[in-house]
Amino acid sequence: MPKRPRVAVWKFASCDGCQLSLLDCEDELLAVAEAVEIAYFPEASRAFGKGPYDVSLVEGSITTPHDAERIREVRRSSKVLVTIGACATSGGIQALKNFRNVRELIATVYARPEYIDTLTTSTPIRDHVPVDLELRGCPINKNQLLELLNATLNGRRPNLPSHAVCLECKQRGIPCLMVTQAIPCLGPVTHAGCGALCPAFARGCFGCYGPSDAPNTVPLAQHFRSTGVDSGTVERLFLGFNANAEPFRTQALRMSLGAEAKPSTSKGES
Amino acid sequence: MTTKTIKVDVLSRVEGEGALLVRFKGNKPVEVKLTIYEPPRFFEGLLRGRSQMEVPDITARICGICPVAYQMSACHAIEDALGVRVEGTLRALRRLLYCGEWIESHVLHIFMLHAPDFLGFDDVLRMAKVYPDEVKAALRMKKAGNSLVDVVGGRAIHPVNVRLGGFYRAPDADGLRALLPELRWGRDTVLATLPWLAKLPFPEFSRDYEFVALRHPDEYPLCEGRLVSNRGLDIAVRDYDVHFVEDHVPHSNALTSRLRGRGSYHVGPLARVNLNFDRLSDDVRRAADAIGFTVPCTNPFKSLLARGLETAFAFEEAIAIIEGYVPPKEPFVAIVPKASTGYGCSEAPRGILVHRYTVDDAGLVVEAKIVPPTAQNQRCIEEDLFALAPSLVDLPHAQATLRAEQAVRNYDPCISCATHFLRLTVEG
Repeated sequence: MPKRPRVAVWKFASCDGCQLSLLDCEDELLAVAEAVEIAYFPEASRAFGKGPYDVSLVEGSITTPHDAERIREVRRSSKVLVTIGACATSGGIQALKNFRNVRELIATVYARPEYIDTLTTSTPIRDHVPVDLELRGCPINKNQLLELLNATLNGRRPNLPSHAVCLECKQRGIPCLMVTQAIPCLGPVTHAGCGALCPAFARGCFGCYGPSDAPNTVPLAQHFRSTGVDSGTVERLFLGFNANAEPFRTQALRMSLGAEAKPSTSKGES
Repeated sequence: MTTKTIKVDVLSRVEGEGALLVRFKGNKPVEVKLTIYEPPRFFEGLLRGRSQMEVPDITARICGICPVAYQMSACHAIEDALGVRVEGTLRALRRLLYCGEWIESHVLHIFMLHAPDFLGFDDVLRMAKVYPDEVKAALRMKKAGNSLVDVVGGRAIHPVNVRLGGFYRAPDADGLRALLPELRWGRDTVLATLPWLAKLPFPEFSRDYEFVALRHPDEYPLCEGRLVSNRGLDIAVRDYDVHFVEDHVPHSNALTSRLRGRGSYHVGPLARVNLNFDRLSDDVRRAADAIGFTVPCTNPFKSLLARGLETAFAFEEAIAIIEGYVPPKEPFVAIVPKASTGYGCSEAPRGILVHRYTVDDAGLVVEAKIVPPTAQNQRCIEEDLFALAPSLVDLPHAQATLRAEQAVRNYDPCISCATHFLRLTVEG
């Protein structure tokens, strides 16, 4: 029997939900474990196989000096490094602190701030080490995870569409919430992958999968405003689970600075 | 004096990152420390200035294993502030969603995180080679729980359908009824598996705990009730801060809780079953009798059996709710902003989860406080290890380490919640 590829699963600042997606593949888990050697996965196993690893799945963002060092070790021991989820790909909900005074935040939550060691920012993995592939979502979609593992192990690019949620919504034939009910929806600027989940539940998209390719956020925000949505609500909509993703961050800053009326000067992601 | 050091750099099969230290003088433990070094994420601070409507979605991200618990405690706390009551079918739908999370989380912990300790496997994948039927059945039960969360909540992790006042869209009756065959199979299977679980080698160990859980006049508790204990505590959730306090200790990124003037307390499945055994159905109580599980049970290793009994409860409850389900006229009750403070407490799979919010007239969060179950159990875990330590000194190194880890896993600790890796150092 040929040597099975060795897979490792790593956690940084996160909720564990994206790595749980692997254990949530109830129908496929035992087959996956036959196809690959799950060498390092502390949430699931006491056996800690040493590197190097063929594929590392990395969940979570970098928020401490220790983790900024640890991710470099993970990169050195991994042939392919895949980031999974909004925390690893954009900084996650905890990146809201990038917009706040961190000392005040620590004092808000902890009685003894001197015990806490943290960076002032929460940043995506690619800000620290080269990343080979990324999987979006808060949380990721387990079918996309299986597709990514399958493709990577077979030496092909995974089929992960980068168009907007808006298109997925049209494909499902869901009546547009913005047009019919004036509900603010980030579907036009959010990366596909969820299958237009929120619109299917009669609520606007709140951007779990982060920005799509070339998101046109300015006119979308202007449209929200024209339907009577206040500026603070629009700002908070962009300041969500991918607040630190560049197009969303910039649009939120536009809102907070009252610069929302400016036309878009650039398209595409930074 | 002999020196003995047991060191575990990574505590596995828990959610989050922590470390542990047990220090001995001779055969006597003198210090036990559970260190939580999961990076802090400052949720309570980040919630300030956010819309109250966003709180269920944001707090869900504290934990990918029990997001529904966060959503339920958050909704109840803010609704308490606003004077909103969610009743009837909408309330039943919340219980239904919660049952899905209990099934998914409990089955994950029983079979995939805890049972491998008892049977001597590093993980469930290795266990599956010797016990393929049990593991396949467990995966199928877990899937049934996830499917329930998926149908009611939109997806298994971080459901999108929960909102203040109820749901964005009520599930259709056919979609729910389609789940019934698997839920009935799950109920029968977990009941049939309990005798197998009861034969696991449980260490002889028990302590005199103060158990704390919700208690409801006529239901097994999920979202509502009074906070009660086996030592006379009986308070409204609103009085939580009068009786409980959180401390910040140097070795931890979590706050640890205690009962004022009394100390540690124990929350979770064992506490719930001990305090609410009479609220379980006849079938579940008979199943407990049949495996010799009697209350009060004070052996924390047998929390695994309490989880099994609760899994049976959750399947039964889900079946009953779906069988009686008629879609509500409106999926939510209206939410009108009002400056106020409210408390919410629900029974997360790991124990009581307390939320408190102050909101303003514009519907924005002024202050937030979240007390997760693992922070409440932290002292109890440390005390268990202290009590267990003398029996570890003479054990072979690997066995002592495993036993200490197993004792921590009794609590299904969610360190992501409490703010995962355990370092066990035994020095003597």
